[in-house]
Amino acid sequence: MLNAVVDGAAGAHVLAVDAAPNPWFDAGYVVDNWPTIVGYLGQHVRLTVGAVVLGAAIALPMALLARRSRLLSGPLLGISSIVYTIPSLAMFAFLAPFTGALSATTVLVGLTLYTLVILVRNFLAGLQAVPGDVREAARGMGYGAVRLFLQVDLPLALPAFMAGLRIATVSTVALVTVGVITGNGGLGQLIIGGFNSNFYRAEIVTGALGCVVLALVADVLLAGAERLLTPWTRAVRT
Amino acid sequence: MNAFGEAFVYLNDPFNWVRPGGILDLTREHVTVSVLAVLAAAVFALPVGTALGVSGRGSGAVVVLSNVSRAVPTLALLTVFAVTPIGFSDTATVLALAIFAFPPILTNTFVGFREVDRDVREAATAMGMSRRQVVARVMFPLALPLVMTGVRTAGVQVVATATLAALVGGGGLGRIINLGFGQQDYAQIIAGAVLVAVLALLTELLLVVVSALLTPGQRRLSLPRTQRRTRGPRAAAVRV
Repeated sequence: MLNAVVDGAAGAHVLAVDAAPNPWFDAGYVVDNWPTIVGYLGQHVRLTVGAVVLGAAIALPMALLARRSRLLSGPLLGISSIVYTIPSLAMFAFLAPFTGALSATTVLVGLTLYTLVILVRNFLAGLQAVPGDVREAARGMGYGAVRLFLQVDLPLALPAFMAGLRIATVSTVALVTVGVITGNGGLGQLIIGGFNSNFYRAEIVTGALGCVVLALVADVLLAGAERLLTPWTRAVRT
Repeated sequence: MNAFGEAFVYLNDPFNWVRPGGILDLTREHVTVSVLAVLAAAVFALPVGTALGVSGRGSGAVVVLSNVSRAVPTLALLTVFAVTPIGFSDTATVLALAIFAFPPILTNTFVGFREVDRDVREAATAMGMSRRQVVARVMFPLALPLVMTGVRTAGVQVVATATLAALVGGGGLGRIINLGFGQQDYAQIIAGAVLVAVLALLTELLLVVVSALLTPGQRRLSLPRTQRRTRGPRAAAVRV
């Protein structure tokens, strides 16, 4: 290490990037740039929550419709697997002429499409797993369509719904970073910002770690929500 | 705003394809990087997944690995490798992509070998097959469909992720999109998006056909969605 520094100082062509310390993590950087980091973190959270909530709001009616007939569910799943194969950068690029190359809307719409695809599959799987006998019994007891959904379908399909929401949330947190192409990448801005400021590692690692921690926190929160919403599953287990 | 028309013109210009650093060069680079990454991942993931699946141990570790890998942004890993002494080059891209291809191949190989019917293994042993023969001649063909699902998931994912290398100074078709955004040139943005999307869809199609050809017995072209829905504990693909 010392040798390298001495050699570097003695050598004729030494780059600033090699001579200056470039630590992998620097608490000083985090403290000094706290407001910036929180700003990007806020954008990251807003984009993730927005995409998951919008995706869920659209996916639920689609899944309910698709359950009614094979004619609808077949093409729906086919289209969704094609959408899922399109790389995110290409997705943002397709949307750019409509929503603007430098707007957060492009990122939000693109991410919503991906969460939609994940959620429709999981919602549909959850709804299809509700036993037909149970629904029939409920209908025989005089349940209307709304009550049937709220009191029979929803509780029984909830574990599948929550599993879908968790996968969608975690993968969206990772995907927001690709939004840097529009300048709205949440913590991804730190990753690319550090790359562009002479490969400043502390900034890159702060952004990357922030994403991972955010994903894990979101996953734990959703797991907790699932436990609270489905108290009966615990009663069975113990 | 007729970006789509202009994109069509861009794609129709032979010069854009054949010039140095043009579409053909970028595609070649994109495919080379992707193939190397998947091969590198497979070299490590297949033996480890087979060993774990045959012994039936380590399922906890495999599940944790495939879940955590979903939370790590691909962009972060591409960038981190570019700022190590490896520097930003195709080597860094291949390494980062190989790391992302590793979990899906490992998980599916593990599940494929673990799910082989115990009775079948026992019957093979009773017929006098050695342990190695059981793994190679009985378990491998039965696990192959799921192993191929892993390779397909990884392959599609890697082709998609390779696009992001352009954001951190790498090559590949992502460059066209990146350049388009940089110049606010919608025609180029759309043209790049079409190329990347077509390449990803072709990769998926190719790997579906390959796995259908490799699968012994059933000669039915099973679409990915039916597999995804029926094959329980498959690792969900990481979207990139």
